[in-house]
Parts: sequence; C-alpha cells; structure tokens
Amino acid sequence: MQKIHYFDYASTTPVDKRVLKAMMPFFMDEFGNPSNLYSIGHHAQKALALATGKVIKPLGCKPDEFIFTGSATEADNLALIGVAKANRHLGNKIIVSNVEHKGILAAAEALTKEGTDAEKFELQVVEIGKNGLVSPQKIAEMIDDKTVLVSITYVDSETGTIQPIKEIAKVIANYREINNTKLPYFHTDASQAANFLDINVDNLGVDLLTLSSQKIYGPKGVGGLYIRKGTPIKPIIYGGGQQNNIRSGTENMPGIVGFGAAMEIAEKEKVKESARLKKMRDKLESKIIKTIDKVLVNGNIDSRLPNYSNISILDIEGEAMLLYLDNKGIIINTGSACNSQSLEPSYVLVAFGRPYEYIHGSLRFTLGRFTSSQDVNYVIKNLPPIVKKLRKVSPLDLKIGDEKNMSMPKAFVGGQTPHFLRKQIK
Amino acid sequence: MKKSKKKKPDIVNKYTGESWVYTPAVKSHFFKPRNLLLENPKTTKYDAEGIVGSPACGDVMRVWLKIDAKTDRVKEFKWRTFGCASAIAATSMLSVMVSEKKGMKLDDAMKIKPQDITARLGGLPNRKIHCSVLGDKALRAAIQNWFKKTEQYDRIITESKRIIDLNTKTTDVDIEEAVLDGARTLQDVQKKTKVGIGYPECIPEVEELIRFYTEKYFGN
Repeated sequence: MQKIHYFDYASTTPVDKRVLKAMMPFFMDEFGNPSNLYSIGHHAQKALALATGKVIKPLGCKPDEFIFTGSATEADNLALIGVAKANRHLGNKIIVSNVEHKGILAAAEALTKEGTDAEKFELQVVEIGKNGLVSPQKIAEMIDDKTVLVSITYVDSETGTIQPIKEIAKVIANYREINNTKLPYFHTDASQAANFLDINVDNLGVDLLTLSSQKIYGPKGVGGLYIRKGTPIKPIIYGGGQQNNIRSGTENMPGIVGFGAAMEIAEKEKVKESARLKKMRDKLESKIIKTIDKVLVNGNIDSRLPNYSNISILDIEGEAMLLYLDNKGIIINTGSACNSQSLEPSYVLVAFGRPYEYIHGSLRFTLGRFTSSQDVNYVIKNLPPIVKKLRKVSPLDLKIGDEKNMSMPKAFVGGQTPHFLRKQIK
Repeated sequence: MKKSKKKKPDIVNKYTGESWVYTPAVKSHFFKPRNLLLENPKTTKYDAEGIVGSPACGDVMRVWLKIDAKTDRVKEFKWRTFGCASAIAATSMLSVMVSEKKGMKLDDAMKIKPQDITARLGGLPNRKIHCSVLGDKALRAAIQNWFKKTEQYDRIITESKRIIDLNTKTTDVDIEEAVLDGARTLQDVQKKTKVGIGYPECIPEVEELIRFYTEKYFGN
C-alpha cells in the first residue's frame, strides 16, 4: 500500500499509542460500571475520577463541573438546548456567530422552530468582520434583557481563525455587572483549540466549554462539556441519573480513560508541538505560494492555529484536486461544494467573504502530531504538477482581485440563481 | 476490467442506498482525460464552439467541434472543463462517444442525454449526476453555434424556459434543478422553489415535470 501523507488532522486524529495503551485494560479486565458499589464498580469509579482529573486539569475547573458526552456535537447540543430551555422563562434570545460548527448552528435553528411560541427562541447571528473575527463590540450591542446565551466558537474548523473569546467574555461580564444579572451565559466550542491554546475557563471567562477527544489523539465517541457551577441546564438525555442527572447513560469507560490520557499528553506537548507545527505550516504555505501562481490564503493569518493552512487555488476545483492528491497518497480537505453532502460550498468560507469561485478551489491542510518535514516536502513536490495538469483541463483564467466581476449569480442550468443562493432570497 | 465495472460498490449509504465510489471508467477518464484541447483555447481552427455553466456554481464546460459538412458528422470534439471528478470524466466520456467510429451524426449528437453518458461511465453517485449534466448542454450549444454559422436555422432548437407558476415565476428549469438537487416529491420541490403554494392550479403539471426529470436523470 502507498504511504499516506495525512493533512486532515482537523477532521480527526489517529489515537496516540500511549492513549490506546491506557485504554486497553478497560475493555476486558476493568470492565466495571462505575455506578455499582461492588469492587469492580469501585475500581471503575476510581478510574473515572482519575481520568476526569486529567481532562479538567487544563480547564482549571472542579470535577463536578464537567460532563462527559458521546461527542463534541452532543456537548454543543447540551450547552445550547440545555441552557436555553432551563432559562426560557427569563428570555428568548440566543446569539451565535456565522462560523459556528454545525453542532451549534443546527441546534440553534431547532430551538427557533420547536415547541409552542412560549417555548421557541429567537436566533441572532453575529457576522464575522472583514478580518474574520467576531467583534466584541457587536456582541455588546446585540445583548439585551432577553438574551439567555451567547455561543461563539474558539476557533472555526475551516480556516483555524482564533476568535477573541476573552474580549467577548469581558463585554458579557460587563453587561451582567451593570444590569445586575446572571444572563447571558457564554459558551465556546474549544474542540479545535484544545491542542494549542489556553483553555483555562477562568482565564477565558466562559460559563460553558465544549471539548472533543477525537481531535486530540483520543478515541472517537467521547466529548465533554464544562458547565460553570450555578449555570442552570436541562438534560437532553434522560435515564439513570448518571453525571449529576445532566447526562444519563453508563459512562464510556475506555473512551473517558483515553480522553484523559490524550489530554494529559496534549497539555504536556502543547508549547513544543505548536512551535514545531507552525514552522512546518509556514514552510508549506510559503512554498506553495512561491511555486504556484494565483493562490490565496483563507482566514486571519495573524490569528489562527499553528497547524492550519487553508488556501484557494484559482481556476480549478477542490474535489478534483482532492482526488488527484489522494491518488498520490496526500490526504487533504476542501470547502468545495462538490465535496459536501449538501452540494453547497463551505458556509464558513462564504462568511469570510470569499467569492464562490475561490471557495470551489479551496484546500485545507491541517498538520498534526505525526506530520514530518518529509510529508511537507512531499506535498511541496507533488502539488504543483497536479495544479498544472488540472489548469490545463480547465477553461477558466480568473484574475485575483477581480472579485467584482465574479460571483454573478448566474444560472447553473440556464440563467437563474444558483441553488445554494436561492434559499437565502425569500 | 469489464467485470470490475459491474462489480457492486463496496460502500453503500445504509440510509439512502447510494454508493459513493467512482467506477473504473470514471477514474480512468478523470485521471487520463481524452480529447482535451491542449493549445490556447482562443484558436479559430474549429468549426463551432459552445460554453455552459459558471465558475460561481463550480462547473464550466467549453467544447470545440470540427464538423464534416458533407456527412453531417462530428469529426473532432475537443473540450476543457472546470469542475469535479464527475464533471471532468463526463465531458471526457462524451468526447469519446461523439467522435468515435466515423463520428456521430449531428442529429444523434443533439439527442444525447446525461443518462447516456453516465451509463457509459458505469454510473455516477446520485448526487454527482448534478455535476455531469452540463456536457451534453455544451455539446448542443456548439452544434447550435454551427447551425447558426452555416445558416441552417430550421435545425436550431431553442431551449427556452417556460414559466409554470405565474405567482412565483418558477420555470420548468427551476424544477429540473430541484430534481437534480435531490428533490423527488412535490413537497421537496416546494421547499426549494415554493412552486404552486400560491398557485395550486399548476401542481399537476409540476408533478408531471418531477416525474419527467426524475426519469430523465435517475431512471433506467
């Protein structure tokens, strides 16, 4: 089999060997259910406490402030739906950004539709600015006495742009102080951020924070939500009352132990790994720009994760590049419509103000723990001929900076608005 | 090789039954496109030219034809495509279909349907059929261009849109698009187009068009 050069760590990471080793006993030998009083149940409970301690250490919170879930999507749903429903009698407004993960956006949209009028919510979307950042000032202007929750992602998953969470937390705290209220609560999704950034909840000033195990070299099927003590929240899963009645269901012991081990390693290697990846990412990006013409970097280059490089290569389409690269053993991702289930181009790149022509040709490289400089050199060598070949196939010759002449909502089959634009026009 | 074309896909979506793999024929045409126009596309040595699509939508196809006026056949079909694997493979396969043997009669070439191309490719995943429907349109555009040039006006077939719903100005092309987007029922189409909601008189016709386009693109 061909050697794989993996550049899609933002999609998912492989489990680290050290993590797998820590998990192994919990499948067969230590199979106990932590809810049981007898000895093996007690063992499981001890292991659960130990793993919880490891996961929450970088958060700087108490063990009872952290709930394990089945995924980061579930944690996002719990944060949004749980807090919204528990506070519906106090207000009906939720604020999210336009670069959130679908786990936030879809849950927020469901809240606007489900139930009676007395149960429904109003969703306010704060758009990122030209620099790709959410403006704390804008949030301050949007909040009123009906706002129960603000949810802004720490990092968007497409460009890796880091949002000013601390500054947003400050304006929210300021609002609460002036108006002598506990509302709105503030949630952030730190799934992509945990490998590289400070996730201490007090430093950040957040009330809720989502984590994912499968983005930090832990197993899939585990995520978690930090919930600051005193934050009213309703469960979205009901049952035997595990985890303080907030998330019922027998704890996923191997998963949680793996999550703990993964967090411990990620925390220990954070600084060194960030520097190593940044160096390689910068080399990759600068070489691509040097050897291929008409390439643009997407996202805020002054405020992004050290392992992200999202670029648009003009005149050619992302899925075609993805498959040619895959053929060479290079695994990347694209925001092109052809690569998505919905056949719509990446809404995050749309939010960043990129014309559709650029988005169709976008490639997302995300580096990680097992990326070597050989991998980077391999891409630098193999990408230019692929681009050259696909440009020969393409009839286009777009010009950078000619955005005004692009994105004419011309017809796909014959003169009308493209299908992905049509739903916005009511 | 022929056997593998008919082999069942190894991965099928358990909810939709849709396969998400490209056939060997698609891969072959994608990685080794046939009849590509390699020189500068501004060339005038071709008899006719057609272009469809828009870069904003992610697909543009441009074709150049050499036509034998005596035999009324396509002598040469050259192309360039901006788009995904399905789009590139479909145009490449179309070029083979039109120019193989003695070259296709213009009347037959005008009748090629996306389905004919996908059949020769051994099928495409359902949601990728959307990406392959431009090839035959580009070909027709080029042939029409030839008819115009050679003043064979009687042979030009106009593909004009027809308004179905007078309120929303929804056309048959809108419904075609909705079907290509995956809509199969009136409800699906209404979600995308709002057709017939304020003008229920047109619903029987809409339903007929849904059946027609579903058959055209997804039927056997």
